[in-house]
Amino acid sequence: MASTYTPIATTTLGSAAASYTFSSIPATYTDLVLIASTGSSFSSSADAYQLTFNGATTSFSVTRLYGNGSSANSDRYTTPYAGWISTALGADTIHIMNYANTTVYKTAITRSSSEGTYSIAGATAVLWQSTTAINSVKISGTSGNLLSGSTFTLYGIKAA
Amino acid sequence: MIGNTIAAMLGVTPAVTNSYESISTTTLGSSASSVVFSSIPGTYTHLQVRLSTTASAAANYYCQVNGDTGTNYSWHELYGDGASAASGAAATQAQGYFIYCPSTNPTVAIMDFLDYANTNKYKTIRTLAGQDNNGPGRVELTSIGWRNTNAITSITIYPSTGTFSTNGIFALYGIKG
Repeated sequence: MASTYTPIATTTLGSAAASYTFSSIPATYTDLVLIASTGSSFSSSADAYQLTFNGATTSFSVTRLYGNGSSANSDRYTTPYAGWISTALGADTIHIMNYANTTVYKTAITRSSSEGTYSIAGATAVLWQSTTAINSVKISGTSGNLLSGSTFTLYGIKAA
Repeated sequence: MIGNTIAAMLGVTPAVTNSYESISTTTLGSSASSVVFSSIPGTYTHLQVRLSTTASAAANYYCQVNGDTGTNYSWHELYGDGASAASGAAATQAQGYFIYCPSTNPTVAIMDFLDYANTNKYKTIRTLAGQDNNGPGRVELTSIGWRNTNAITSITIYPSTGTFSTNGIFALYGIKG
């Protein structure tokens, strides 16, 4: 059997940054998995990850499910939210499925865990209404910068 | 390193590297009422199915293992539909449920069949699945129990109504311990 789950690129932020972008992503895999271990400088409430595919921030819609320690909730947006960040380091795993297929819209699904003053555990489904193959992925905070020491690793999974 | 990362994601103890292997993939050339992975080797510790597919109708998505159509399945779900979060459960079912898809837009799912070849325990399947429609969507976490100690050698995935559409991709991976 063919081994897969191949690291494509990884980075550790040496200083705070508004975003990080994986570019020139090869189309040779079936799915992408982005693992982010980050914090946000925003401290007034939980911050939210946002995704940008191929530089586009439109034609997205998102369904979210989350718990904040006191209740479980669900909501939806047309902003490409993909998880939650607190001031303490948290974790987000973003599965971008069938990303290079040029006949279907793209859907990503995420699992997010952030612990801090505003802690949230949740999952999101992200639809990008485009049939274009995804060749770049940008991840950013919504209200704050991504903290120094944040790590981002992009993997490719290839179905045989 | 890679094996350790994957093992950490699955919540299991890392043991070896390069432990994630592609076993079988079905890319639909035409619509299909089900997708079957058969003759699954017992040489891995865990299995993972990753699917991305559209469908001809709104439907529940189900799985069965080893062709078992008896009422040996149970499931619990936690889901959000964009308006509220809820939980549900069912016992003595003839299949394992893992998501309701409210439209024909792409649905994605990651299904973990943990310790699938162990003949000393019932099997648990853990899923993360979602669909967004630029309208009511669905995000769902589900656990499925299969009350049987047999090793899992086949997996069937199907919608409650309609068919999976052309270009749907269903991939089976094995994870070594």
